[in-house]
Amino acid sequence: MKLTVWTYEGPPHVGAMRVATAMQGLHYVLHAPQGDTYADLLFTMIERRSKRPPVSYTTFQARDLGGDTANLFRTAAQDACDRFRPEAIIVGASCTAELIQDNPGGLAEALGLPVPVIALDLPSYQRRENFGADETFLQIVRHLARPMARTARVSCNILGPTALGFRHRDDLAEITALLEEMGIEVNLAAPMGARPGDIARMGAAHFNVLLYPETAESAARHCETAFGQPYTRTVPIGVAATRAFIAEVAALAGTARHPDEARLRQPWWAASVDSTYLTGKRVFLFGDATHVIAAARIARDEIGFEVCGMGCYNREQARALRAAAKQFGVEPLITDDYLEVEAAIAALQPELILGTQMERHIGKRLGIPCAVISAPVHVQDFPARHSPQMGFEGANVIFDTWVHPLVMGLEEHLLHMFRDDFEFHDAAGPSHHGGHAPRSLSDAPGALPPHPQDTSERKMPEAPAADSIVWLSDAERELKKIPFFVRGKARRNTENFAAGKGLNEISIDTLYEAKAHYAR
Amino acid sequence: MTALPAGGCRDLPVLRERGQREVFCGLTGLIWLHRKMQDAFFLVVGSRTCAHLLQSAAGVMIFAEPRFGTAILEEKDLAGLADAQTELDREVDRLLARRPDIRQLFLVGSCPSEVIKLDLAKAAERQSARHAPHVRVLNFSGSGIETTFTQGEDACLAAMVPVLPKTQARELLLVGALPDVVEDQALALLAAMGITPVRVLPARRSGEMPAVGAHTVFALTQPFLADTREALLRRGARQITAPFPFGEEGTTLWLRAVADEFGVPSDLFDSVTAAPRARARKAVAAQAETLRDRTLFFFPDSQLEVPLARFLARECGMRPLEVGTPYLHRDILGPDLDLLPPVPVLSEGQDVDRQLDRARAQRPDLTVCGLGLANPLEAEGLATKWAIELVFTPVHFYEQAGDLAGLFARPLRRRALLSPGAALEAAE
Repeated sequence: MKLTVWTYEGPPHVGAMRVATAMQGLHYVLHAPQGDTYADLLFTMIERRSKRPPVSYTTFQARDLGGDTANLFRTAAQDACDRFRPEAIIVGASCTAELIQDNPGGLAEALGLPVPVIALDLPSYQRRENFGADETFLQIVRHLARPMARTARVSCNILGPTALGFRHRDDLAEITALLEEMGIEVNLAAPMGARPGDIARMGAAHFNVLLYPETAESAARHCETAFGQPYTRTVPIGVAATRAFIAEVAALAGTARHPDEARLRQPWWAASVDSTYLTGKRVFLFGDATHVIAAARIARDEIGFEVCGMGCYNREQARALRAAAKQFGVEPLITDDYLEVEAAIAALQPELILGTQMERHIGKRLGIPCAVISAPVHVQDFPARHSPQMGFEGANVIFDTWVHPLVMGLEEHLLHMFRDDFEFHDAAGPSHHGGHAPRSLSDAPGALPPHPQDTSERKMPEAPAADSIVWLSDAERELKKIPFFVRGKARRNTENFAAGKGLNEISIDTLYEAKAHYAR
Repeated sequence: MTALPAGGCRDLPVLRERGQREVFCGLTGLIWLHRKMQDAFFLVVGSRTCAHLLQSAAGVMIFAEPRFGTAILEEKDLAGLADAQTELDREVDRLLARRPDIRQLFLVGSCPSEVIKLDLAKAAERQSARHAPHVRVLNFSGSGIETTFTQGEDACLAAMVPVLPKTQARELLLVGALPDVVEDQALALLAAMGITPVRVLPARRSGEMPAVGAHTVFALTQPFLADTREALLRRGARQITAPFPFGEEGTTLWLRAVADEFGVPSDLFDSVTAAPRARARKAVAAQAETLRDRTLFFFPDSQLEVPLARFLARECGMRPLEVGTPYLHRDILGPDLDLLPPVPVLSEGQDVDRQLDRARAQRPDLTVCGLGLANPLEAEGLATKWAIELVFTPVHFYEQAGDLAGLFARPLRRRALLSPGAALEAAE
């Protein structure tokens, strides 16, 4: 038993729903009690889908438990086939139905339905959403895909994009276009947009492009073994990674056509002088391992940030993250407990967080700007505009997204110059974030969820600092002259410095000695 | 539509359906209960699904550390490798050590904990003894196999009734979790009529919990409190029945029933209510212009459907085509059913696909439904109102009557503003 307040991942059957909802012509019959239908709103509200997810829930109640819940399942499966006429169905149990052991797979098999029935065995008490998506996709491929002759022209499958994924819709469009430019046909993309009949033709592709190991690595491995299809290992997030991906694809496809880089603006945007202010800003990264590893490389090598910490919530990919953290010389944080993440951020005092919606909230509490780089998703992670993370346009989007929460370059410079000027005082906050004072920097980034009730009730977690240290009033005044976006760090550094020296008072001198001590 | 027969809906036949129910489970109620009871913590003993439901229904992670959480059952708890009771004690000890501000702890049963028959009553008793007198531990079930959405609040309040202290005082008890601002308005109106003291269940803090006894009279402010009502009747309290205080008419009838019980002179009643009644009428009238003669379809959700249909039909001039509710408690809803003009379909329970067929066939001007159905129906050209907003928003009593009507008018006004058809094409 483990106490959890917020979770990074839902249960595994939600992962199965992400696959089913992304596909066409597939239906999911889920043995589940009333209430589990809440998961529909993830798709209809967060992702603004205009159709209900293709899921039928048996919605058994307590009074059914002594009786025949198996029969409820049979009826639901038969009704779903009759009403929705799917090309295939997947069947499974949610956490409660797993306990009553009705064996949905066996029941559905015995019904003699006119379509393929794919049974899912998703252990709800051990595994989570990403596993559920990965395993579901694997089972669909296993059941439906058969070896077959390769297409005449070189082609590939794109594997991984699901419903409710972080920018999957736009990544798929971006990578499809990129492959097209290279003269490579996309045999099919799956799960997103694929029908069961399309999955059957998977074997015709020459190789697979694996966009998200979280949701499709098992299927990619299966295709490698069963159909001899190699798959790409590079996830094309960032300029260097996109170029490496292109090289990898070119080698697999035996093509020399490279896509046009004219639309890639990110390198010049990072090199131009306004970006000088980004130099060495300390960033903390947290999310799914794939996005975090890619983001860390961009942060260090393509924007000039300093990576001060990184971690992921999905243990399945922990090994890759640990290896990456080693390269960056930071401690990896592998946890799904957001309180641990919050404590790590509070202790590190980064200047920018690159995280999930959870870290965005942590950032709000700690007054640290945050840009979102990974699922779990929120309604604002589904923008109306094309906004990929992958490919060259993805690199452009990432630059804009990460820089947006920060004070602009020239503006930061002015704040340093004028400090207490009535217009440039730091209480004004970044000038491109409209309508709020700095305190509301903690409320600002992004739209609120559907039912905003601000109820922050816990004190901010404090980084370990000596409580006994007193700030003399002139030092305190001097501290206030330091722009707000570095003030937290200055306070922390000075206190740590003073504690290290055994001082119990901080004067202006201590402040500047600390500044000199920590100067980069 | 044919002419409506005269009389109310009390004796109308009810369409009872059984099938897929597109509703929340009772755990969802924790989202407003934990705000209402400021020194209470709600510990769900459940699965990752329960935790995920709570954060999804709450609008995704809006509280840094709310006063609810989920003790997630793991494989070893189920396989009997760990004694679930011992594990639970450990988690509770940890929680209470970290949150010394907590005075009431509710162990909340879920589908998995009910199925494995984890005895939370026993756990609550044991932990109460362990943490007395600082913390009192109670238990109730918010599981989906037993409760639908607002029934979670009912189960919570019903669990509190047996442990409320005894009193012989003749006191009025208001029952139902209302936003503080609304509760204060109700108390002010009652006080102006000379009805004091008035107790409230649930109280905002554990130290203010009401006492109950044979001279207690209670009035429900929410229609979904059937078990709580039974529990209070068992304690000897007596119920004041009335329509629910939605809209000007509902509020007046509700207040009048209470005033009559306490012998408030009618001129005093009139002088206290005249000004807020006039304000409510005026505010509702402004919204009713948008709502009049529009057709209305309720999917079952919160059990507020019947009183709201009564308000929308009688005060706003809407024409309900179907009023669906998860449970129809005639004992509680009688006065509202009497006032509700006969509706073509009064349904209880749900088979969501068949109900969607009916809604599509009738194409109501406004459909009240859950969040899972709203966007898909909008994409089919039907205007919708999210039902969950009706329990999260202050909607009771006079000063909120206009806001309540406004919740229904806004989707219609919005549709009129947006260029017709544009959104639909984009949703394809």
